[in-house]
Amino acid sequence: MRILTGNDLKSGDVVWWTGSDWSRHVEDAADVSERGEAIAREEEAARRVNVPYVIDAAATPEGPRPAHIKDRIRALGPTVRADLTLRPADPAAGSWVI
Amino acid sequence: MYKYDTYDQAAVDARVAEFRDQVERRLSGALSEDQFKPLRLMNGLYLQLHAYMLRVAIPYGTLDSRQMRMLAHVARTYDRGYGHFTTRQNIQYNWIKLEDAPDILAELATVEMHAIQTSGNCIRNISSDQYAGAAADEVTDPRPWAELLRQWSSFHPEFSYLPRKFKIAVIAAGEDRAAMRLHDIGIEIVERDGQHGARVFVGGGMGRTPMIAPEIRDFVPLADLLSYLEACLRVYNRYGRRDNMYKARIKILVHEIGAADYARQVEEEFAHVKALGIDLPAAEFERIAAFFAPPAFETGLSETIDRSDPDFALWLDQNVKPHKAPGYAIVNISLKPVGGIPGDASAEQIDVMADLAERYSFGEARVTHAQNIVLPHVRKADLYAVWQALAEAGLAEANLDLISDIIACPGLDYCSLANARSIPLAQKIATRFADPARQRELGELKLKISGCINACGHHHAGHIGILGVDKKGTENYQLSFGGSGAEDVSLGKITGPGFDEDGVVDAIERATDLYLARREAGERFVDTYRRLGMEPFKEAIYG
Amino acid sequence: MADDLLRLRDDEAHDEPAVTLDSFLGQSNATAVRLEAGEDARALLPHLERLALVEVSFPSFRDGRGYSAARILREAGYTGELRAEGDVLVDQIAHMRRCGFDSFAPAAPIDEAAMARMLAIQPHVYQCAADDRAPIWKLRHG
Repeated sequence: MRILTGNDLKSGDVVWWTGSDWSRHVEDAADVSERGEAIAREEEAARRVNVPYVIDAAATPEGPRPAHIKDRIRALGPTVRADLTLRPADPAAGSWVI
Repeated sequence: MYKYDTYDQAAVDARVAEFRDQVERRLSGALSEDQFKPLRLMNGLYLQLHAYMLRVAIPYGTLDSRQMRMLAHVARTYDRGYGHFTTRQNIQYNWIKLEDAPDILAELATVEMHAIQTSGNCIRNISSDQYAGAAADEVTDPRPWAELLRQWSSFHPEFSYLPRKFKIAVIAAGEDRAAMRLHDIGIEIVERDGQHGARVFVGGGMGRTPMIAPEIRDFVPLADLLSYLEACLRVYNRYGRRDNMYKARIKILVHEIGAADYARQVEEEFAHVKALGIDLPAAEFERIAAFFAPPAFETGLSETIDRSDPDFALWLDQNVKPHKAPGYAIVNISLKPVGGIPGDASAEQIDVMADLAERYSFGEARVTHAQNIVLPHVRKADLYAVWQALAEAGLAEANLDLISDIIACPGLDYCSLANARSIPLAQKIATRFADPARQRELGELKLKISGCINACGHHHAGHIGILGVDKKGTENYQLSFGGSGAEDVSLGKITGPGFDEDGVVDAIERATDLYLARREAGERFVDTYRRLGMEPFKEAIYG
Repeated sequence: MADDLLRLRDDEAHDEPAVTLDSFLGQSNATAVRLEAGEDARALLPHLERLALVEVSFPSFRDGRGYSAARILREAGYTGELRAEGDVLVDQIAHMRRCGFDSFAPAAPIDEAAMARMLAIQPHVYQCAADDRAPIWKLRHG
C-alpha cells in the first residue's frame, strides 16, 4: 500500500493522512494508492501539513507499517529513548521498527 | 568572557523580531516552505525526523553559568528535558515547535545567546580550542580573534547565500584541539617578530569528499585579517561551484584550481579589498580582548591533591589536564557514560554543571568538539568536591579520549539525512569495552561515528571511524582506521567491506587485540596502525 | 515587469533596455547592461562612466553571486542604478541594499509593507559594505 506522511506545520509532529485528516499514529494511515501526490499538494497549499511525501507501506493486522526503516523510526520515535516514543509505557511497542 | 554592549544586544533583539515576523509570514502562507527554509536555517531551525530541531550557538564553545541555566530552562520548558551538545560546540534541541521558536530565541537573547547562522549556506559559528585561556601551550587566547570574526560574520550582507555552508576555526596552540585543518578556513595564531598573526589554511572539511586544508598564507597581520578573509570568501562566493551541491564546498574549488592558484586569486582580491578600509582599528580588538583577560587567579595555592580515593584518582588521571596557572587544573566532564547517548545532557545535569562552573570555575564552562564539557579554571584543592558532585549527577565517567569517549552524530534516531543509526552502535561499542581497566590499557583511541556521508560525527578524523550506510534498506557500517583531527591531522582509510552492527563491534575488538599484541612502547592505536599499515589489520578483521 | 519595479533612488528609471554583457562590450553606445549570475562584473569596470543601469540576474534566490558583483561595481565607483532582477525575495533586500543594489525587479510581487519592516529592522550593522552605514566598531570608537 501507499501512505502519505509529513509534519504538522506548527508543531512539527510527524503526521499520517487518514483519508480525511491527519493523525499522529501510523495505524490510522489510509491507502492513498495513486492519489497521494495530489492530496499532498492540496494539503500543503492549505498549510495543514508541511513537506508531505508518499511512501510504501505493508498492510498488517496492527495497521500500516512503513517499508523503510527511516519512516518506521519516524512513526514511533527514537529507538534509543523508549520514554520519548508515542508508546512510552509499552516496551514491546518498537518490536516492528528495527 | 565577552559581554554584549547595547549594540550587540540590539542586533540580537532585532534578529528575534525579524524571525518572529518571518514565522508569522510562514504560518499565514505568505512564505512557502521553500522560501522559508533558508530563513529558518539561518536561525538554526531544521525540520528533522520527529519535529523541528533548534541549534543554539555557543560561540567558540564558551559560555557562563547564567547561559547554561538558560539552556537547561529551554530544555525543560520547550523541549523534552534534555539537549544534545554537538561537534560544532553548539547545543541542539530535538522537539521544538515552530510556533515556540521566536519565544525561545527571545529568552536566549536575555542571556546574550542566539541561534544566528548555526545553519544555512553562510558563515557558521566560529569554533575554537576548549582550553583557550587555560592551556599552557597557547601563544595567546584565540577567543578575542574568534569573537571578532563572530561579529564580522554576523549578518554579512555579501556572504549569506554562499554556494554552501562555511566553517571557520581559530586556534593558538601547537596542539590542535579543534580539528582546525578540517574546516573551510582554519586559522592558527602564531607569533612572528613579537607580533601575532594568522596562519591561514583554506579548503579543509569532512563530508563526502574529505580534505585537509592546505596552507594559503603563512602570516596575516591582525590589522589585515578581515580584509584577507573577505577576499577568501569573495573568491569562493564568485567561483565556488553552484551546479552541484555535493561539489559546492570551498574545498572542491581549492582542490580543482589548486591551492596556489586559489591563493593567487585571494592575494589579488586582497590587494583590492585592503584599500576599502573595512579592517578594525586596534582599539576595537583591544576592547574585545579585554573581556578575555585572565580571571583573578589566586596565588600561593597548594599543588597537592589527595589521591586516597581510588575512583577519584582514576578520574583525575584521565579527565583533568594541566593549567597554566599554578594551583589550578582543567576539568573535562565526560558526556559519554557507558551505554548513554554521546553528547546528551538532561536539564538537571546542565544545571549541575552551571552550578559547578559558578562555584569552582569563575562562572565559566566550555563545550568541546568531542561533545564534552570543560570547567576551565578549577583550583586543585577543589577537584575532589567537583568530582563528588559530578559523580552524584552521573557525570564523572573517567574516559576522556578513551575508546568509550565516542563522538557520534544523532544518526537515524533523530536526523532526516541519516542512513543508519549512530547512537545504538556507540552504546554497543562502549558496552563491549566497558571495563575501565581495559579502556585505559588501550589508551588514547578516538572513535567517531557518522550516520551518513555528511560526516557530522567526524568519522574521517577518527583513529577508528565508522560510517553508517543504507544497504538495500538495512543499516550497514563501514570501518576506517588512521584518521586524526589533531595536529597529526590525517584522513581515515576504509578497511574493506562493511558490517552489520554486531559485526563492526567484533571487528573493532579484533583490531584492538592486534594493536595490543603488536604495539611498541608509547604507541597509541593510531601510531601502531600508521607503522604497520592496513594489511595486518585487514587480516585480523576479515581473516 | 516594470509595474513591479521597486526603486530606492530618486532619479527617473532608466528606460533603455539592458543588453547582454557580450553585446555591451561589443558596442560603444549602450548605457544599460544585464549581468548573468556567472558573469564577471569586473569586465564592466573600464566602462562605468557611460553606464546608467546595471541589471544583475538572480536565477534562484539561493544563488548569491550577485551580491559580490554589486559590491565590486560600487567599490569601483559605479553610481548608476544597480538592479537585482529575478528570484529576489523580500527577506533578501536588506542585504542586497547593503551590497549596493538600489532597485529591484522581483519575478514575483513583493509585499512592500514587509519589505519596509525588514529594511528597518536591524538598527546597526557589524561590517562595512557598499552602503554608507557605519559599522558598529566605528560607532564604538567614534
